[in-house]
Amino acid sequence: MEWVNAVIQGILLGGLYALFAAGLSLIFGVMRLVNIAHGDLIVLAAYIALTIATTLGLNPFLALLIVIPVMAGLGYGLQRMVLNQTLGDDILPPLLVTFGLSIIIQNGLLVLYTADPQKLSAGPIEVASLTIAPNLTLGVLPILMFAVAVAVIAGLQWVFYRSALGRAFRAVSDNQDVAQLMGLNKAHIFGLAMALSLAVVGIAGVFLGIRTSFDPTIGSGRLIFGFEAVIIGGLGNLWGTLAGGVILGVAQAIGAQINPGWQVLAGHIVFLVVLAIRPRGLFPRIEQ
Amino acid sequence: MPPLLELTGLSKSFGPITVADELTYAVAQGEAVGVIGPNGAGKTSMFNLITGTMQPDRGEVRFDGEMVTRLSAQQRCRRGISRSFQVPQPFGAMSVLENLLVAATQGGGLHGAQAQEQALLVLDQTGLLPKANVLAGSLTLLERKRLELARSLCTRPRLLLLDEIAGGLTDHECAQLVETIQQIRKTGISIIWIEHIVHALLSVVDRLIVIDFGRLVAQGDPRETMDNAKVREIYLGMAVDA
Repeated sequence: MEWVNAVIQGILLGGLYALFAAGLSLIFGVMRLVNIAHGDLIVLAAYIALTIATTLGLNPFLALLIVIPVMAGLGYGLQRMVLNQTLGDDILPPLLVTFGLSIIIQNGLLVLYTADPQKLSAGPIEVASLTIAPNLTLGVLPILMFAVAVAVIAGLQWVFYRSALGRAFRAVSDNQDVAQLMGLNKAHIFGLAMALSLAVVGIAGVFLGIRTSFDPTIGSGRLIFGFEAVIIGGLGNLWGTLAGGVILGVAQAIGAQINPGWQVLAGHIVFLVVLAIRPRGLFPRIEQ
Repeated sequence: MPPLLELTGLSKSFGPITVADELTYAVAQGEAVGVIGPNGAGKTSMFNLITGTMQPDRGEVRFDGEMVTRLSAQQRCRRGISRSFQVPQPFGAMSVLENLLVAATQGGGLHGAQAQEQALLVLDQTGLLPKANVLAGSLTLLERKRLELARSLCTRPRLLLLDEIAGGLTDHECAQLVETIQQIRKTGISIIWIEHIVHALLSVVDRLIVIDFGRLVAQGDPRETMDNAKVREIYLGMAVDA
């Protein structure tokens, strides 16, 4: 039963990883931008939620109502004012600029909030649990986290394949020059993609802050988990990203079950194995 | 009424290669202009200069009286300039209908049901209705050419630039396409059409322009221009079946 429990916990944890990864996957898919600052933006969202929760006395879940639009606005502004200028034939400038952003965010947070670990307090829901079987108890929070991840992926999937905005995303992803000749405003569409990405980052940041303590330096670790989930699942496939998150979560849970020190290592090993055997991930988008 | 499109002294060089040399001409509202010239004469470059994917070294482009020389391709599309590509460039992973909806929404400024309506109208007009839900990447050459035309039309252009849209088609397919283009003309859209298949061109256009080395070397009545000695010389060795 311990093992069953570990696997289920791993699956639920995978939801959080999918939340880390979804925005990363979206941005790469639309504009081939690898956002090195993604993890730090997740941490930034957690700190924004912390500030809102403490100054307004709000539950972090309610704070989401403010965090999501703030992050989305930040994403749009960041894309229009900074990142659009870095995009072109060369893939290096966006990497360098987002790496720089990562450093700026980390150090900015250190100055503002110090290096002390912080945590978002969501109240009794954090310790609430459901007994599924005599020896199997699941936390309500991880279940909620997983359900939100599924809902976010389903929502993004809908936007991508059923809405006018999604058609614009796919068109500009396919051929930027032709899309512009069809009247598409690339700078604006990229801005909206980043806004959507950072809206998801806002959700991820709040769940991260509720689940574990955080400090300004943990962003890069979240970035790696996000990358691993995207690549295990296959680039450009949102449901694949969820599957990638789950596989990573289960691998970590099983690793931790064998030896507590092996949690992160087991995730990396599974990632490397997938990369070695199927470099395009387990569920790559079907290309023409 | 001012001309719809007015090019004045439009020039562009890449080092020693001149693709546009003092191009000056105007296209009236509702006029159809044919463009011929040897390969590498600068015909497609001229389209790039008109649509804004290429910036001229000198000269200006006016559209409906407005100076658009410094506007982006996207801004010019929204004002009513649209083009098709010689080598079709559909959004391959999207359905035909989705390709058109992008154009209708982004370039045509239509939303929701209006965009759908425009797309369906154009699908019907271009004979692509049975292919609406097929992936654009899986279309045949003729269908891709039709999709190029359809996607341009969905942006609700006032000026349509066609780049060798009949090239590579069989005589029968070409005749069908010409018929479609004639229908489009009747809706009042101005057309500039680059084409090597001269008989197709002559059955549609009001005026013919001849370009060589980026220069406008002759223009006028289509048949008279084809008989022009200089044009004959440029086309020497090329089959002219007009």
